[in-house]
Amino acid sequence: MAREVIGNGNELAAEAAIDAGARFFSGYPITPSSEVMHVASDLLPEVGGKFIQMEDEIAGICAALGASMSGIKSFTATSGPGISLKAEQIGLGFIAEIPLVIVNVMRGGPSTGLPTRVSQADIGQAQYPTHGDYASITLCAGSLTECYTQTVRAFNLAEKYMSPVFILLDETIGHMHGKAVLPDLEEVEASIVHRATFDGAPADYKPYDVPMNKPAVLNPMFKGYKYHITGLHHGHEGFPTEDAIQCEFNIERLVGKINTVAAENDGLDDLPDYEEYMLDDAEVCIIAYGSIGLGAYEAVNKLREQGIKAGMFRPILLWPSPAKRIAQIGAKFKDKIFITELNMGQYSKEIERIIKRNDFTTLLKANGRPIAPAEMVAKVKEMM
Amino acid sequence: MAFNYDKYLRVNKMPTLWCWGCGDGVILKSTIRAIEKMGWDMDTEVCVVSGIGCSGRFSSYVNCNTVHTTHGRTMAYATGIKLANPHINVIVVAGDGDSLAIGGNHTIHACRRNINLNFILINNFIYGLTNSQISPTTPQGMWCVSAQNGNIDPTFNAANLAIGAGATFVARETVNDPKKLEKMLVKGFEHKGYSFMEVLSNCHINLGRKNKMASAMENLSWIDSITVSKKKWDELPPEEQMNKLATGILREVVQPEYTDMYEEVIKAAQGKRGKITQADFAKKI
Repeated sequence: MAREVIGNGNELAAEAAIDAGARFFSGYPITPSSEVMHVASDLLPEVGGKFIQMEDEIAGICAALGASMSGIKSFTATSGPGISLKAEQIGLGFIAEIPLVIVNVMRGGPSTGLPTRVSQADIGQAQYPTHGDYASITLCAGSLTECYTQTVRAFNLAEKYMSPVFILLDETIGHMHGKAVLPDLEEVEASIVHRATFDGAPADYKPYDVPMNKPAVLNPMFKGYKYHITGLHHGHEGFPTEDAIQCEFNIERLVGKINTVAAENDGLDDLPDYEEYMLDDAEVCIIAYGSIGLGAYEAVNKLREQGIKAGMFRPILLWPSPAKRIAQIGAKFKDKIFITELNMGQYSKEIERIIKRNDFTTLLKANGRPIAPAEMVAKVKEMM
Repeated sequence: MAFNYDKYLRVNKMPTLWCWGCGDGVILKSTIRAIEKMGWDMDTEVCVVSGIGCSGRFSSYVNCNTVHTTHGRTMAYATGIKLANPHINVIVVAGDGDSLAIGGNHTIHACRRNINLNFILINNFIYGLTNSQISPTTPQGMWCVSAQNGNIDPTFNAANLAIGAGATFVARETVNDPKKLEKMLVKGFEHKGYSFMEVLSNCHINLGRKNKMASAMENLSWIDSITVSKKKWDELPPEEQMNKLATGILREVVQPEYTDMYEEVIKAAQGKRGKITQADFAKKI
């Protein structure tokens, strides 16, 4: 039986984290994400979890990574400027393979930008948040329900792939208040993924001795499995190394355990990586995500009322992108593809990369204002 | 019987990366002896967290769960580990550049929070690993690669900074006296609350060579010349106090510890809508 709750996107993300098993939050206040922190402060102690407001954004993610290393599911929340500050630590999460869910409620940038206004300009940042080579996992919530369900999924992916995972909300979704239909708690609990552990003799334990494209196996600390975690390149036991063969293997594995696995298995889990709305018989495909996807449903309906068979493709797993399906859409709809997003074309570039053409039409906005369905309708009509 | 360090060391990681005569080895040995005195179980009760720099390698030599973090963020990672696992004894090791420059903010806030971390500040007055750039404790007038005409930057008195930030245990010793150093570490480990333990150490390679103390002995003698016991320091006239660093326990007070206070938060949350008052904490002292 589904649950019906009232809340905003930020609150639902925080509640989802706790339902997914998170027992540690650390962060720093930043608009428009702070409600995630507020709810975490309220609910975590109730379940015996820990909450701490740290002295800055950097410390906010460090403490969460520290807690997660020890074996406790952890999360942090911020907005674009905070991700910029956390960048170096996210890199430690990648190389040391520490699961962590990072909620980014996107606002206008660059720099302090437009703190209270909506944007989707951090999706590029989510793909490459820090220096070096790695692969990022990024989910994007397109409804209040998804603020909950995709946050749960983010935790499961983090534990499965031993990696920081981004869940992107935008200011509109984060602050949108309303009814959300959530899966039953038993259903959520049944879906929970825990990181793999090594059960053999401690003397035989080598946390990073795993085959190509497989994640590290990090046992909880303080249970007799003593190992070393470092942000340096490391060998099988976690100790620093500069061995060329080992370093090359490390990077290929870090990228491959996410990108190669996603390409081979058509995604990272069994859940949908995108949603399609009235796309089967459509003659034009609108591509939108996050809060702009909400407007695109209405645009599809209005266009159909006016005799134009429109449909929508809405990616949920932004990185690694559902490339196979996007390629099919590219082949089917040819130049009748319409991409609309709240940035200067960050996802459009990914579409262009996959379909190897740029004959699509875009409606881009980076002034902190949303894109109204009427604007989409007008632009699509110009195309037809 | 000679003390057996092997039980506490990752012996296959020996010899250390530290230069011949480096004080870091003295601190490592004193730390191990202090852990032994505390009777902590290395399998289940200890975590050593370090930052970047020569001192960053400290954690990799100690045989327990260890974390080598990013530059300056040691204290913040350790705070997460400690809050998530309050029963664990967390030892934080960082240098003067790491904890007073790039990580200065985390250091003062850990002092303020009074979270039960055992912080060993290895103060060798220089960025040693990266070839002798000035740190917040490099004395004025010394030559460094990033102060080619002599350092003009005023210095931090690290222990005073910690006292100002509210640390409940603040002490300073030098690598010249490992017995006193071990005693200080034990006192700090026993202290319930944040322990700020500054250890003055030598870097004759990257500080000494260009500042007329190219041997470990000369560098150590210089450390000896700038330090005086707290008791003697108290008797010095104010103008002389400025030029000396006091050693010994500089502050020791009992105040509510952060993870203990958090237990109260959890208790209050069980009844829901309960509120914690200042009086609740006052009772605990």
